[in-house]
Amino acid sequence: MQETKKGKRTLIDASRLIIESMARAGADAFIGYPITPANLLYQYGAQRMPLMLAAPDEITTLQWMSGLAATGKVPITATSFPGYALMIESVNMAYMMELPMVIILVQRLGPATGTATCGAQGDLTLLRGNISGGHPMPVLCTSTFEDAWTLSAKAVELAINLRTPVVLLTSKEEVMTSKSFDMNTLPEITQVERKYYDMKCDGKYKSYKPTDLVPDFLPVTQDNHQVRINASTHDKEGILQHSNDEAMANTRRLEEKIRQKAHEYTLYHMEEEKDADKLIVAFGITAAAARDAVKQLREEGEKVSLLIPKTLQPAPQVYLEIMDSYKTVIVAEENMNNQFSDMIYGLNKPRNHRFVGGLGKMITPQQIIEEVQA
Amino acid sequence: MTTPFLNTDALPYCKGCGHSLIAKNTSKALEKLNYKPLDVIMVTDIGCHGIIDKCLNTHTVHGLHGRSVALGAGISFGTENPDKKIIVFIGDGGTTIGLQHIMEAARLNLNMTVVVHNNYLYGMTGGQTSGLTPVGFNTTTSYEGNPFGGYDICALSHTAGAAYVSRILGICDISDKLAVAFGTKGFSLVEVLEICPSYGIKLNPRRKLAEIVESSGMKIGEWSNQREEYVKYQGKKTDDLLARLPEIRKGFNSYLKAPMSLIVSGSAGEGVQLAAGLISKAAIGSGLHVTQKGSYPVTVGVGFSTAEVNLSPDSIHFHGINIPDMVIITSEDGLAHNRKRIENMATGKLFIDSSLEVPETGAEIIQHDFRSVGARNASVFAVFYFALKTGIISTESLFKVIEDEGKADKLPMAKIKDALSMVK
Ligand SMILES: Cc1ncc(C[n+]2csc(CCOP(=O)(O)OP(=O)(O)O)c2C)c(N)n1
Ligand code: SF4
Repeated sequence: MQETKKGKRTLIDASRLIIESMARAGADAFIGYPITPANLLYQYGAQRMPLMLAAPDEITTLQWMSGLAATGKVPITATSFPGYALMIESVNMAYMMELPMVIILVQRLGPATGTATCGAQGDLTLLRGNISGGHPMPVLCTSTFEDAWTLSAKAVELAINLRTPVVLLTSKEEVMTSKSFDMNTLPEITQVERKYYDMKCDGKYKSYKPTDLVPDFLPVTQDNHQVRINASTHDKEGILQHSNDEAMANTRRLEEKIRQKAHEYTLYHMEEEKDADKLIVAFGITAAAARDAVKQLREEGEKVSLLIPKTLQPAPQVYLEIMDSYKTVIVAEENMNNQFSDMIYGLNKPRNHRFVGGLGKMITPQQIIEEVQA
Repeated sequence: MTTPFLNTDALPYCKGCGHSLIAKNTSKALEKLNYKPLDVIMVTDIGCHGIIDKCLNTHTVHGLHGRSVALGAGISFGTENPDKKIIVFIGDGGTTIGLQHIMEAARLNLNMTVVVHNNYLYGMTGGQTSGLTPVGFNTTTSYEGNPFGGYDICALSHTAGAAYVSRILGICDISDKLAVAFGTKGFSLVEVLEICPSYGIKLNPRRKLAEIVESSGMKIGEWSNQREEYVKYQGKKTDDLLARLPEIRKGFNSYLKAPMSLIVSGSAGEGVQLAAGLISKAAIGSGLHVTQKGSYPVTVGVGFSTAEVNLSPDSIHFHGINIPDMVIITSEDGLAHNRKRIENMATGKLFIDSSLEVPETGAEIIQHDFRSVGARNASVFAVFYFALKTGIISTESLFKVIEDEGKADKLPMAKIKDALSMVK
């Protein structure tokens, strides 16, 4: 079936889609530190964002982003595990301060520096627990070029509306690959409307007093109301407290905010096949192999459904419900330890659960097919 | 008594702690400079000095240990109004762990003032030695005296480019000295020397501040650099990363009915990625779906350069190539990088430069002198040859891409056409 319908076809890489999408959604600053395989994102970020700053390391990157966010900017950055590892304390800071920002995390083969130019899907477990206290931080994961466009804008929207750092998870094989692409298929992105505290309100502004779980934002650059931003345990006013009721309620709210609001951001792709008793689950780059596997299996008469999770954190309950409703579940992801299933089942993996793993090589459709037919 | 900047007289420090003096004099200095509280953004580090927040009527930002200068820098980057004052309170501990951030802010001459509360040890965590503890000074981790000298944070900041730096004794009224720093445009740093009564005085009885300062070898004083104000230099910007991507219209047909994978490989600098791009775009122009990615060593200018291309009449999901359907090899580097994959081919085609030894393979072997047009264009010529021999895409579609992208005068087109005309 050759292309006949009218479209605007071009050769494009996913990095370009991600940055343009975030810019249109309202991101306005890119803070960069070079690391393969995130360098294309840095290059595009520098060209596209009204403000680009070259940080001297990734701790500084996150601190600069946080400072900018406190003034009302919506900063983004792109990195890979080694850089992300340096960022973690500061990601916690931004989470506690409730500052919006997006970190594009491009997975590569670890541990440590590992292989910079080799893809992987090994960072999900880290992202599940990287906020001290185990509080969830939103993680969205792209699995197609269309996702690179729509989820990137969603990530910005989520960061702004929930006042939180958000990770857009992707991998080397997605952001460093070019594809033929019909630009006319891209849905329009509108800039996220930011809500600010109404400056005309009388009475005292409290930096962490929530309206519907999220506090109203005011930048530290205005002079109508005192703003207190705090990474230590604090009360509604933003004043440091040891562990009094108000402060604990605030910390509890950080968790509730993400858990309760995240359902608005439960994004996944479900292809249900009638009467299928087998389900393939794959996210990120492996979802591409899973799509091909499903197509081929169906051509061979096999009945199989496909689940592509896109919201990875907080883990939506619906994944467990879907997975529980199948006789056999095959999860494919490019690591050795089945991090997605760990997230869903913990140690209690059901008997009907099977895993296709990979290390240093993309998982092929054939590997998934073999496991389905085993 | 409260002031416009401090909401209490009862500051949260141990009796006699120099941090109180700094807080009160900061307030006084800001008053002298006619700042209004909400024109001031106070960024505080983790340490005893940092618990001042709740006493302040300014905006307050309380971050991480050692990172407050970088956090303040971020605020400085985002603040358009030059009349806002960004002040960072940090200890000698925070200065030690966050030294890089201070150097960076000084180097860029960011609009902000850093006040280093140097009490020669980590106060909050129990009096341990820091990077600013002077030689011979006793701490809870060096009861016999610190065997090393401390960093000269003033000299370091000054060398890094700070507009104004001073080292002062934390005694009596220091508000005028602080005001000089607060009034400086660009980056300023004041190191205030003090002794922590709870640890410093206890562990170093009978020693006086002035004598300790003397023993450290560091001079009280002021230093400055004539600096241009920080400007957010931004390169050329685009307001749409997609706008200038060339649309590739379908002008050709391809007979390809099933997906096909192709590897193009040769040496760095021999046009491999360019050649693969030509195929990809020509294929799009022929109605096909395409993926393309490159691999090369981290030292991009030497060794192999490989491109992996998938062509298909349908949309492509999985784009990995295990055993390719077709391979184009133009140099020894390319052969070495792909030898195993070529040996694993049971069918398909191998286009290989005739100068190279042919590996064992089940693929049909097609040898040609691709390097005859010059090494730099070997890969480009090879893809034309590939088009001519396979017909998957036409040579016309390749010429069209070259023309559309204005590359015709950058490539030896006459030579390539000549060489093509000699191919049977
Ligand atoms: C990353 C990190 N490491 C260690 C600490 C523990 N810590 C808290 S305060 C402090 C020392 C503070 O000393 P200094 O900066 O000199 O300030 P002072 O207490 O003397 O005012 C340290 C090491 C921390 N909070 N964060
Ligand atoms: S422990 Fe030392 S530095 Fe901390 S408040 Fe007390 S005297 Fe000041």
